[in-house]
Amino acid sequence: MELSDNDRRLVAAIQHGLPLTARPYAAVAEQLGMDESEVIRRIERMLARGVIKRLGVVVRHHELGYRANGMVVWDLPNDSVDAVGRRIKALPFVTLCYRRPRRPPDWPYNLFCMIHGHDRDEVLANLALLRERCGLEAVPHEVLFSRRRYKQRGAQYVSPPAPSAKVLPLARPGAG
Amino acid sequence: MASASLNHRRADSAAAELPPLGPLERRLLNEFQRDFPLSPTPYRELARRLGVSEVEVLATLERLTAAGAVSRVGPVFRPHRIGASTLAAMAVPAGRLAEIAALVSGYAEVNHNYEREHRYNLWFVVTGATKQRLRQVLFDIERKSGLPVLDLPLMNDYHIDLGFDIRWS
Repeated sequence: MELSDNDRRLVAAIQHGLPLTARPYAAVAEQLGMDESEVIRRIERMLARGVIKRLGVVVRHHELGYRANGMVVWDLPNDSVDAVGRRIKALPFVTLCYRRPRRPPDWPYNLFCMIHGHDRDEVLANLALLRERCGLEAVPHEVLFSRRRYKQRGAQYVSPPAPSAKVLPLARPGAG
Repeated sequence: MASASLNHRRADSAAAELPPLGPLERRLLNEFQRDFPLSPTPYRELARRLGVSEVEVLATLERLTAAGAVSRVGPVFRPHRIGASTLAAMAVPAGRLAEIAALVSGYAEVNHNYEREHRYNLWFVVTGATKQRLRQVLFDIERKSGLPVLDLPLMNDYHIDLGFDIRWS
């Protein structure tokens, strides 16, 4: 499924957020030379097609007290990854669950999930629950806790029209 | 297995910049992570549901954004439906970590960049219009750093993003 040029322009305009003004869709529309109703219709369509997973307030876990996050990586038999991925995604404390390729011999893991917690113990307790619920007690895995967040922002899918000078963002101390 | 690191206090000791959150802040953070209104005046709609004024909703969201608790009010895109993205990892010698992290964060295509406790200690997400652009960025990082980069593109996304239920503790 391809996005039209106008959809891509709209993505570029909203990927870092809607304006905090009374009529945000009208503000975006004016910037793009569209009608407010067209902007709304295009966003609706991207939601219906699953291009946009959700529209709303995107929070930053770390700032809200979720100081620990563990990326858990699993070495699963290839033919069971999909089934396990579907079981893991159903757990409320899992915020991401992706299949990725192994890179032997450096990297044997093929399933990734993220667990956020107020502290490490909470992450590890949820991991124990996950292993039990999903029958993963015997599956080789590792937990990679975050130690420092250097950069975090919304993904930039479409570059802004004029390339600007690259500025090194300040490292934000603390794990996210 | 989870490594018990001597360093983990460092992450916990970062002072929260966020002032104490009142009921309005908490409801704004938790109840509107999806199904944001697609009416011309969505913040007025939020205000109506919360029983406060539109001005108050906008001012509170401004404040939460400035404090870093809100990344944005807007879309979360499904990976790979627009453009391309990948997760990359590097095993960086401890003495070079700050330098390499700054190099990586300098790319506009890099939106997340974390130090993690592992031999592979630098993890970042690269997002761009095309796979070719991603390859260029990874190649450029390898060339400038002299270190290999693991490229771990997404093959399947199992997670349905319904937002995150914040429990206040």
